Amino acid sequence: MPKRLPEDPVLRRLVSAQLSRRNVLLGAGGLTLASLLAACGTSGSGKAADPGAKPAAAQDLSASQKEVNWANWTLYLDYDDKTGKYPSLEAFSKASGIKAGYAEDIDGNDTYFGKVQAQLAAGQDIGQDIITLTDWMAARLIRLGYTQELDRANIPNAANLLATLQKVDFDPGRTHSLTWQSGFAGIAWNKEAVPGGLRKVSDLWQPELKGRVEVLDEMRDTMGLLMLEDGVDIAGSWGSTEFDKALEVLNKQIADGQIRQVKGNSYKEDLISGDALAVICWSGDITQLNFEEGNKWEFAIPEAGCTLWSDNLMVPIGSPHKANAEAVMDYYYDPVNAATVAAYVNYISPVQGARAAMEKIDPSLVDNPLIFPSDEDLARAHVFRTLSADEETDFSDRFQQAIGN
Amino acid sequence: MSLLAARRPAGTGSVQERAADRRRGRTGYWLILPGFVFMLLFFVLPVFSLLATSLYTKPPGADIGQFAPALEFGNYVVVLQNYWPELLRSFAFALVATAAALLIGYPMAYLVAVRLRGRKLLQGILLVLIIAPFFTSFILRTQAWKQILADEGPVVQVLRALSLLPQDGRLTATAFAVVCGLTYNFLPFMTLPIYANLERLDTRLIEAGSDLYAGGFTTFRTVTLPLSMPGVLAGTLLTFIPASGDYVNAALLGNNQDTTMIGQVIDSRFFRVVDYPGAAALSFILMLAILVLVTLYVRRFGTKDLV
Repeated sequence: MPKRLPEDPVLRRLVSAQLSRRNVLLGAGGLTLASLLAACGTSGSGKAADPGAKPAAAQDLSASQKEVNWANWTLYLDYDDKTGKYPSLEAFSKASGIKAGYAEDIDGNDTYFGKVQAQLAAGQDIGQDIITLTDWMAARLIRLGYTQELDRANIPNAANLLATLQKVDFDPGRTHSLTWQSGFAGIAWNKEAVPGGLRKVSDLWQPELKGRVEVLDEMRDTMGLLMLEDGVDIAGSWGSTEFDKALEVLNKQIADGQIRQVKGNSYKEDLISGDALAVICWSGDITQLNFEEGNKWEFAIPEAGCTLWSDNLMVPIGSPHKANAEAVMDYYYDPVNAATVAAYVNYISPVQGARAAMEKIDPSLVDNPLIFPSDEDLARAHVFRTLSADEETDFSDRFQQAIGN
Repeated sequence: MSLLAARRPAGTGSVQERAADRRRGRTGYWLILPGFVFMLLFFVLPVFSLLATSLYTKPPGADIGQFAPALEFGNYVVVLQNYWPELLRSFAFALVATAAALLIGYPMAYLVAVRLRGRKLLQGILLVLIIAPFFTSFILRTQAWKQILADEGPVVQVLRALSLLPQDGRLTATAFAVVCGLTYNFLPFMTLPIYANLERLDTRLIEAGSDLYAGGFTTFRTVTLPLSMPGVLAGTLLTFIPASGDYVNAALLGNNQDTTMIGQVIDSRFFRVVDYPGAAALSFILMLAILVLVTLYVRRFGTKDLV
């Protein structure tokens, strides 16, 4: 085609370049040069060169700087649509004189870690004085020395932490973290399409649901439920063998087309559109969906048990406002404030006395088993044990390959 | 400079004039400086950093996210061994999407640029319609596709009723949906460069073609298409390059079996597994592969004039 070009210079100019071959080759030359130079020994990256070295905590300037900044997940604090403000946090600022900033900055444990890791490793201020991350990520940050030790004398209300949450393997004595909210991962189904309901995780594999099942891309929840189904105590001392056995089930169901997709929060849209009829999911989401889309779905704890996860408040290593952050934590461990939050977010409140306080705030929620679960339900909920660094890398590598990534 | 030089014979002009010319020449370089600094900071340095990271190793006993600088070229071998199918699939999807976008986009561009020439208002409206998808977010539009193609949605129901899709067939979570999403999302990048090119097409040439007894198709093949090749070239590159690195379409419209694209793998290596060297090596391989493919393509199809 390109061989027969008009000889007329005006016409030739018509054919002239938005993009010429020369440009592309020039770019190639530049890249090659860059490669050469880099090979000669540039090491511009911000990763810790000395493994094991831990950053030092920043000096606390709380006394002179009356401010605190909090990074949290979306829809995780009482919010007033009309004023665009967070009423309970406003009240805190008014009472304490500490200016409180709040950012819905966290949309995934992994992505948030990827975003701030280099700064944390260098001990720099990430602009946040409180970060809110799930157990396993909290474990990683604490182990890496990316969090500051809390002064419990500044947080007297922390004594209200539920007994079940006081002992966690990743933070003995709760010296670096305090629970924000907890929730279950279990199974849910479309009541119209699955009138009989589901009781076990393996009920998801029935032929009628082929291609209409979705599971979470959060390894600990999906793998946790699969291992519980195999009779494994996920909080206990299981290992690679148990993990592999559950992974085989996942592999098979994906390969057979039983599982349509493996998803994060976006499984909710597929429940609404009807692409997914049964899912492994988070308890609070189903409450919220039923509220917004009509009472179409039912959540259950599988017979073999469900996973219990918590998000934890921590002070990042470079934060210069630790005492202010502790004041915020103390404020939200007051049962009345905890109940105010629980009434909005519909997750399990970690604060003893919040249930009694809820009587005054919203009596209809006092008996909601997803906010104040019964002891029986709690006994069926298990925390996925903390993995060592090597296990974590190995397991998440294999899980990601199983889900096609 | 060249314009000035053309206006008078070389070697003439006073010393002052030549000094002024030199200053004007230098002004040009000063004007390039911001662009140069920008590219240095935001392209060259990150590429260095990426390359360095791709050669890091994990020392024994290192915690998650801790790596030591090294020259571990084995990283490239490992990721290629593990992820060559995803790499090939990405290019295959991008190729099909580019071809589809060309088949859809060329007639659109031709209509607006040539057939409707002179009808400014209609041209304007159609151009706005081509660009209109950019008024909303890329992610939201892809999400909308999911709702339109959903199992209980109108499209699937109609296709099933017409037996064009088996009763348990579906459109979302398939390779077909991913390629459609790529085609749709990058269509304006194909259409606009071709439009910009065809807009300058001298229609007298088409007239001349028919005067010389060439049919409509022959005229198109021998006159219009060759003249519009720079637009086609730009359009195909602007579609193919971002499409092969895209991961949003595959993540939203694909499944976990046979639609994973390399962008998803890089994302999961970086964020989920915290394998920074592996993710960096894959990114580098992707960049190099695109560069090689594009160079070959431009060599083959670039117009003679551009050598």
